Amino acid sequence: MAELPAKRKYYQPWYNLDLRNLPLPGVVSIFHRISGILLFGLLFWMLWLLDSSLASPETFAQAKSVTSHWFAKLVLLGLLWAYLHHFCAGIRYLLLDMHKGIELAAARASSVWVFVVSLVLTVLIAWRVLW
Amino acid sequence: MVNRVVVGAHYGLRDWLAQRVSAAIMAVYTVIVVIALIAGAPSDYASWKAWFGQGWLRFATFLFFVSLFYHAWVGARDVLMDYIKPVGLRLFLQVVVIALLVGYAGWALQILWRA
Repeated sequence: MAELPAKRKYYQPWYNLDLRNLPLPGVVSIFHRISGILLFGLLFWMLWLLDSSLASPETFAQAKSVTSHWFAKLVLLGLLWAYLHHFCAGIRYLLLDMHKGIELAAARASSVWVFVVSLVLTVLIAWRVLW
Repeated sequence: MVNRVVVGAHYGLRDWLAQRVSAAIMAVYTVIVVIALIAGAPSDYASWKAWFGQGWLRFATFLFFVSLFYHAWVGARDVLMDYIKPVGLRLFLQVVVIALLVGYAGWALQILWRA
């Protein structure tokens, strides 16, 4: 009788939130995902803000007063970071798809650049627009 | 005879490509709008409404939203496939995501073309 193939063993659970040994490109990857989820979650509020700002002078004023609250500014700061991180990491992925920068050193360096550029732009735009 | 593919998830390539094309559209839109805003940011209601009333911007913004919602669907589906293992719950959440995004698309259309 033919031997049955050995049962596959899964050593890793499908969730593994231990990020201590994750290499930098892996950190970019998980932040790409987290920022994407954050952007998805805030879609409703974004559309509401756009709707209010365009509907009438009264709702425009309402949207303006809502976004002047410190907590709303904090959320907008988070949203801004999420958008910029997702944007920069996304461009990195498009380049990787085109086989640009796929060597280990280049891939690590571009991961650093994603964090640097997105964080600097977040601070700059927040400083000019939010505060 | 019907030439039908019965195995393999060929929608994978289509979604992979759509994710990247929609990303490129959104990236170009973002850069254009940021430049337009730096060139002259409308500050009060009247100028803000007039700014958004420009035909090309309405068109581009709607294209951005359609790209965004398709992109969000592909991304959300990937996340749900990775983390939600019970099939029934995953299907339910995928339906919720689609319902939300279709509703958002209608809302975006209404925001942009309201008189």
